[in-house]
Amino acid sequence: MGVGSFFTSKLDEAIGWARKYSIFQYPFVTACCGMEYMATACSHYDVDRFGAGLPRFSPRQADVLFVVGTISHKMAPVLKRIYDQMTEPKWVVAFGVCTCTGGFYDNYATVQGIDTIIPVDVYIPGCPPRPESVLDGLMKLQDKIAVQVQRY
Amino acid sequence: MDGAAILDDLRARFGAAVLETHDHCGDHTALVDRAAVREVLRYCRDAGALGFDVLMDLTAVDYSRFPGREDGPRFEVVYHLYAIGHNHRLRVKVRVDEDEPVVPSAVPLWPIADWFEREVWDMFGIRFDGHPDLRRLLMYESFVGHPLRKDYPIDRRQPLIGPAH
Amino acid sequence: MATTTREFMLGEGTGPGTAPGTENMQLGLGPQHPAMHGIIRINTELDGEIIRKADVEIGYLHRAFEKDCEVGGWNNAIPYTDRLNYVSPLINNFAYASAVEKLLGIEVTERCQYIRTIMAEISRVCDHLTCVGASAMELGAFTVFLYMIKAREFLWELVEAVTGARLTISYGRVGGVKADLPDDFAAQTKKAFAETRVVLAEVHRLLTGNRIFMDRMVGIGRLSREETVAYAITGPLLRAAGVAYDVRRAQPHWAYDRVEWEVASEKDGDNYARYLVRMREMEQSMRIAEQALDAIPAGPVNVDFEGRPIEPSAYVDQGKQGKTEGLLLVPITLSPNLQGQGREAQKRVNVGDKRVVLPSKEHAYGSIEGLMNHFMLIMEGYGIRPPAGEAYFATEGANGELGFYVVSDGSDRPYRVRCRPPCLPPLAALHRMVEGEMIADLIPTFGSVNMIGGELDR
Repeated sequence: MGVGSFFTSKLDEAIGWARKYSIFQYPFVTACCGMEYMATACSHYDVDRFGAGLPRFSPRQADVLFVVGTISHKMAPVLKRIYDQMTEPKWVVAFGVCTCTGGFYDNYATVQGIDTIIPVDVYIPGCPPRPESVLDGLMKLQDKIAVQVQRY
Repeated sequence: MDGAAILDDLRARFGAAVLETHDHCGDHTALVDRAAVREVLRYCRDAGALGFDVLMDLTAVDYSRFPGREDGPRFEVVYHLYAIGHNHRLRVKVRVDEDEPVVPSAVPLWPIADWFEREVWDMFGIRFDGHPDLRRLLMYESFVGHPLRKDYPIDRRQPLIGPAH
Repeated sequence: MATTTREFMLGEGTGPGTAPGTENMQLGLGPQHPAMHGIIRINTELDGEIIRKADVEIGYLHRAFEKDCEVGGWNNAIPYTDRLNYVSPLINNFAYASAVEKLLGIEVTERCQYIRTIMAEISRVCDHLTCVGASAMELGAFTVFLYMIKAREFLWELVEAVTGARLTISYGRVGGVKADLPDDFAAQTKKAFAETRVVLAEVHRLLTGNRIFMDRMVGIGRLSREETVAYAITGPLLRAAGVAYDVRRAQPHWAYDRVEWEVASEKDGDNYARYLVRMREMEQSMRIAEQALDAIPAGPVNVDFEGRPIEPSAYVDQGKQGKTEGLLLVPITLSPNLQGQGREAQKRVNVGDKRVVLPSKEHAYGSIEGLMNHFMLIMEGYGIRPPAGEAYFATEGANGELGFYVVSDGSDRPYRVRCRPPCLPPLAALHRMVEGEMIADLIPTFGSVNMIGGELDR
């Protein structure tokens, strides 16, 4: 202990602060929630003011995977692949109740929650969630990002 | 042409191949024998007075749980036709048995039948004779079974990855 | 024999491509790709930049709509229909409700027909705004996307005032709609349409004569008139190819024959024609909605208090405690879209048919007949029971003819609900539209087809 840990904890905070305000999202948009995602990203409910305004359409360049909309069993391997292709550090947001638990699609075609396939950091329920909910979820994600401990 | 006149025309031309007609709820419908269905559809498309140039929909219904029809032919393939020039509609139905679920394909008449028939194959398991490439449309290839059949339980999952429930 | 590297580099050899020594490249687009419209996989075979073959694979959003509809009652299917064409959900709701009403043989009230027309047209404008905005964004015109989503927000505020939700509204019911329009709807609509028209004028200035936009859209993705009809393509794509077929004009339903409007059509059948058709359709939709609002029978509610006004929750408590004396005489001020419907508002927009429509809250809590009626419609085994039979009802969805084929076996659950998806035929014909074009032309073509995954894969 001592002076060394003071510097690393301050460094952690600084990195956390920088990371949470520069989110490059990968919008894995499939269904109706995509419309509310568009609404959140556009001028009225602007998500750019949180630093999360630039979607990167390549998993190599993104750090937050927004899974927006129902994931069917046909799509599940694709989702896993995209998640695997993303580099650390990465976070996953389950946007919409279909990604949280499958929604009201309790049938042969729908994955009952993407956390059966990939680990999820923030769940934003709603069908579709209002943009205010999305921003709330985004802020919770930012809190999570800020306190993540770095391993050196 | 009037819907009733269309049905009369079909009955006059195809005789016994048109098994039943009705116009419940104003939709003129002809139930046709399977062997004659391609001829009937071709006539519907090509005859000037009928002129059904659009195959609006091609689907199927599984009647195995329908009260009163549990023992009859299991499936019914339904064609919805529309003529843009004359602005009239027709529904053509074909009954298909479970043991021999094959129907002549409508792809030579309307190219859109390609995808509609693939979907019927995917969901019901009815084959279409003469279809160029009958494979699943909505489900993945490794899926076993035909989901819209009445005996396929709605929550039987066959995941490609991840747990089943 | 396969080409060796040396042969390939020197342009010799016997590869199967178009030029000697070359091979066509397989490039897959999707299922996850930046185009905003939906998840789909297009396996292309490229010769340089030219697409030789395109194989379109769908089904990535199959959510078992048709099977889910068979599980609950007839009104249970309404939320599933919302999520079909999720950009214009009101049209799906009303089309399904109308198909069931056709089976039942009932006709909705006139006010309800006008309301359905108005809300369907507002939904149509939202759909076209999203389509044109997203296609323009894919071509690089990001500003247009922001403007159109801004306009869409104004319309969503309207929809929210009426139905309570922005996107998945579940507003239609068999026999009517959920609730009447709020009092100041006409004023709100006027304002929203004025803003939308400003945005449309701006987008016209930005895109319609724009050199880059025209270079990328004119002559691209062309499909001949005969092929468009043979592929059962309807809607803006058919009208852009020169066939002025619109279900609202050909088989008038709701209030479409009581308002004046034009069918927008063009001749070329390419992406630019489709864009022009959509822009004109938005204007026509607003025109229809405004005329319908002017002509709607039994105008806004004026609650005249004859008795004491009472808090709705206190009213309900009283009824539950059995103090039902005189309860039906008291006028209640309920907000139409939130608290359910007052008697008067209910009567105007729902068929007076006890087998189909739920009684108003006052009747359900205030009289034994209302309570029984409510029970008979809600409990399992009872409910709406259309006579056994089949019916097909088609309306003009934003992408074309949206048809619902419903089969009833006489019970309270649908036996089969089939949605005829308007965007499936254009996707089936997509390979015809892009073969011979360059890979970059696939993007505007796919954008102008306006594929909506919920409707395509159901």
